[in-house]
Amino acid sequence: MIKNISNLGDSAVYCDFGKDVNREINTQVIKYFKTIQNKNIEGINNLTPSYNKLIISFDLKKINFNKLKKVIDNIEIIKGDSMQNKKFEIPVCCEKEFSLDIKRLEEKLKMKEEKIYESFFEKEFFCYMTGFIAGMPFLGDLDENLRAKRLDTPRVKVPKGSIGLTEQFANIYTFESPGGWNIIGNTPLNIFDSTKEKEPNLINPGDLVTFKRISKEKYQNYHE
Amino acid sequence: MNKNYIEIIRAGINSTFQDLGRNNLYHIGVPFSGAMDNRNYLLANKLVGNDHNDPVIEFAYQGPHLKYYGDKLNIAITGDVTFKIKKGDNFVDGECYQSFILENNDELDIISTNKSVYGYLAISGKFDLKFQWSSCSTNTKAKIGSNNGEKLSDNQKITIKEINNNFVNKKLNYVNTKIENIRVIKGTNFNYFSEEGKKIFFKNEFKVSKLSDRMGMRLEGKKIENIVDTNIRSEGLIKGVIQVPADGNPIIMLSDHGTIGGYPKIGVVVSADYDKLVQLTPGSTIKFQEIDLISAETLFKLYDLETQNLISQI
Repeated sequence: MIKNISNLGDSAVYCDFGKDVNREINTQVIKYFKTIQNKNIEGINNLTPSYNKLIISFDLKKINFNKLKKVIDNIEIIKGDSMQNKKFEIPVCCEKEFSLDIKRLEEKLKMKEEKIYESFFEKEFFCYMTGFIAGMPFLGDLDENLRAKRLDTPRVKVPKGSIGLTEQFANIYTFESPGGWNIIGNTPLNIFDSTKEKEPNLINPGDLVTFKRISKEKYQNYHE
Repeated sequence: MNKNYIEIIRAGINSTFQDLGRNNLYHIGVPFSGAMDNRNYLLANKLVGNDHNDPVIEFAYQGPHLKYYGDKLNIAITGDVTFKIKKGDNFVDGECYQSFILENNDELDIISTNKSVYGYLAISGKFDLKFQWSSCSTNTKAKIGSNNGEKLSDNQKITIKEINNNFVNKKLNYVNTKIENIRVIKGTNFNYFSEEGKKIFFKNEFKVSKLSDRMGMRLEGKKIENIVDTNIRSEGLIKGVIQVPADGNPIIMLSDHGTIGGYPKIGVVVSADYDKLVQLTPGSTIKFQEIDLISAETLFKLYDLETQNLISQI
């Protein structure tokens, strides 16, 4: 449930679901997000669900904070587990040219490369949110022993398709972008398709994701 | 039927197609984009008799130099802009907030946005553009919007689909004013900062850095010290949010900002000051002034009324 609602500037409502990051809280965030989205409330411009927050930005010409807060306060969320979780298997190639930070991770985590991959590929991930750059999924949770900090100096360019790890999360760079996550492989799969007006994101909040290791040959000949 | 088009002789520094932007996409990571200075965007369209959300060319610092081929076309430029029109062998100085006619073979050279950043070129017609999520707005970092998500390039040709028969000469008496005091509402992480840091934020001057663009305005000044945590769990952002990363220098989120971020939010620029904020050139100094939510709402109402008033004078 929402613990506190406050204003973020003069044109956004900041819904705080607490400090913790876990599936239960994030599922609440996503439920609120979907319920509000389906209501098509006049004046709302954008909804941004994240781990444990929901930010609702609005058009100050049409509505204001106090009016919208009242609407949010009185919203009833559908009870029970009504969320549709889609499942995806993402192919990943971990050849040297793609696994830019695996050696660094071996040192940081004091683990052998094979162990890191074994643990990573066994995991079923939950998509907490998408964003930062278009379509980028934030997936959790990595096992405790795989959690590392960002690079001290972020890369100016992380290649499209890169799979990155940081703290308890994995993500996928949907296009070339600056970034500081530890890169362990690359997927040939297109995760964000801006030519699709409807559902340009492959992976959405609440979806479940596993990764599957593929050879370089398969990577090169990959057809969606 | 004549084919009407513009040939870009020189594209300028950052010339892009923009309109009012796109909504309801933050949750997938796509920002709203759109014209940075909303008021000047609206005025440009009104001066040539367009709909208020028609595409225009936004330019920064140095705009495009272009040559026009086709039937006569009404155009207008808004902002604080120096430009010339070439008819035959004659160069004429142009004036902002005034419409004028371009004819076949005329040239338009947008030389400088003077002491501001963004200017707008509207035409009395429709550029032939592919829209994305019902908007032409171009986000060059994400390659989203018309022109394949790219800024205009030299030698490019832009087709004009149709021309409105709107050739009435229109003029507005308006001069852009500059502001140095940016009004803000305290951010959701205001208490992450030391007492000294909070004081610095509201009392000291900050300089606009060269690294500013449509995504964000970086500021330089006395370091704002964070005493709680220099990272927060990544969460949603909106335009105007002022984040302070570990180096203590604030960054203000602008129209193409990343949709989520993990730096503490010290404040949010009020909506009434956004158009003026984006026009501050690198090297300008600004000061932040705290106001409350009710005052911010009132200021925005006044600002919007003023904009509507200007539009109705055209």
